[in-house]
Amino acid sequence: MGTSAIACEGLCKRFGKATALGGLDLAVPEGAVYGLLGPNGAGKTTAVRVLATLLRPDSGHARVAGFDVARQAAQVRARIGLAGQNAAVDEILSGRQNLVMFGRLYHLPIGAARRRADELLAQFALTEAAGEPVRQYSGGMRRRLDLAASFIVAPRVLFLDEPTAGLDPHGRNEVWQTIRTLAGGGTTVLLTTQYLDEADQLADAIAVIAAGRVVAEGTPGDLKSLAGGDRIDVVLRDAGDLVPAARLLQARFRADVRLDNDSRELSVPVTGRLATLTEIIRSLQDENITAEDITVRRPTLDEAFLYLTGQQPPSSGTAAPAPASPSSLPR
Amino acid sequence: MTLTPAPPGTLHSRLAWAITDAWVITCRDLAHWARQPGAVIANTLLFPILIVLMFGYLLGGAMTVPGGGDYRDFLMPGMFAMTMVFGIGATLAAVSADAARGITDRFRSMPMATSAVIAGRAAADMLNSAAALAVLTGCGLMVGWHPHRGATRAVAALALLLLLRFAFVWTGIYLGLTYYRNPEAVTAARTLEFPVGFLGNPFVAISTMPAWLSAIAQWNPLSSTVSAARQLFGDPTGSHPSWITDHAVLMAVAWPLLLIAVFFPLSLHRYRHLSR
Repeated sequence: MGTSAIACEGLCKRFGKATALGGLDLAVPEGAVYGLLGPNGAGKTTAVRVLATLLRPDSGHARVAGFDVARQAAQVRARIGLAGQNAAVDEILSGRQNLVMFGRLYHLPIGAARRRADELLAQFALTEAAGEPVRQYSGGMRRRLDLAASFIVAPRVLFLDEPTAGLDPHGRNEVWQTIRTLAGGGTTVLLTTQYLDEADQLADAIAVIAAGRVVAEGTPGDLKSLAGGDRIDVVLRDAGDLVPAARLLQARFRADVRLDNDSRELSVPVTGRLATLTEIIRSLQDENITAEDITVRRPTLDEAFLYLTGQQPPSSGTAAPAPASPSSLPR
Repeated sequence: MTLTPAPPGTLHSRLAWAITDAWVITCRDLAHWARQPGAVIANTLLFPILIVLMFGYLLGGAMTVPGGGDYRDFLMPGMFAMTMVFGIGATLAAVSADAARGITDRFRSMPMATSAVIAGRAAADMLNSAAALAVLTGCGLMVGWHPHRGATRAVAALALLLLLRFAFVWTGIYLGLTYYRNPEAVTAARTLEFPVGFLGNPFVAISTMPAWLSAIAQWNPLSSTVSAARQLFGDPTGSHPSWITDHAVLMAVAWPLLLIAVFFPLSLHRYRHLSR
């Protein structure tokens, strides 16, 4: 115990004047599925590229599977798998040919490479399409093949850089399922994503990064609590009541009320759940404002993200219903 | 289940490891040919044949070779060399496509010998070009061209052509790894292949060119290889006495070696530092 599969301290990387990593610290325990969450340009991909020995950091240290990424790159490479933002497989070759080729490059004897390819094709539900050229595969199938290729030697640490970028919801579910299976086998997974629901679905722990540094770290639950406790959402019957009701509640609770015109919804951060709920209902009744629906809920990861990075989440994915374009209250 | 391969320790086993890796990469290209025979036939075989027929018969009637000789005999060594030039584009396209799609990064993240990916690429391209040269030779024999000075000199001429191609392999790998983010640059490089040919002696004799152009054309590395091949095959050379033409065989060795000395280390450096 106490060993980290991935440990880095003060990683810095600049490209010209742009800072991609501004002192990144991470400690990912053995066997964890760790989410690196941040918007485009936050440094997620650069972090993965440094940890996967593709890029040398300007300063700082990183150890992966116990080896230094800069000085012991060969040892690190023998113990990692990498699936980048594109499905990095050969489109002209068949799925099986791809896996046999990658197996050979991991120096498996030809017989073992073939057996391993067939095992992986079965494990990733690609046996039927094994002989087809990859360019005929769907997006989800390509990603699964890509994951299979990164899993040939059952790596100690698997890097997945936005593994579902560009996939439709069906393809994304397929890939999520595959990642859960891989993680179940004890491999440490470092996953980058800009989809909040993806981190929520897959990761045991999340680091939110912005400008190449960790701005918050914890379980998905911890991060939601950081966003400022529970919220009460009120859906009004009349869109015209939205602004008066928001002003009323803002004055009443001295809280930052957010409103959404499309769904006629107000969102109020609260501390005492039931007491606040009854007060909201009473205040609205006093002003003859009719509420259609009232819900008490934990904050979403979107709200945590907004709070932590001070910017809009770039995308909330498709699986989790995110609040649609919340705007600040006009004053 | 752990299949983690142990990186080799001794120099000898490192070399064996690197050769295995390079061979797997070469086999990948051979498998491409088997998967897409049509594309290979069209790109590497039909295109040069088409140009031989076009220049040999369509335009060839209007061509006279200074110093005498048949234009098709003059043309064939030029076409061999142009086929080597067209190889730059093929190398460039393959290398930049792999880099752009992340395949090169996957290779770089694997426990492979650093040199293996580009060495495998070079071997595959050399095999491809050797095959193209063989087909074009057959095509030449069918239009009445043949070597006049014996098999040894003919083989030496073909070896010089492949040496030029080997230099262009490294040029193509360097350009591919440098400009893979920019598809326009890749296309531009491919369209520049023809001007490179016309700024040399493959199609017309240098002595027919204005002075400023002939100065460029005779110092074009391609021209040295073409002149050397013409001399070794015993084909008309389109007489243009100058130091560089008189030392064509020497320059046909020197130019490619110079290009290799420049682009081989650059390619290796680019590969190692691919991520910007």
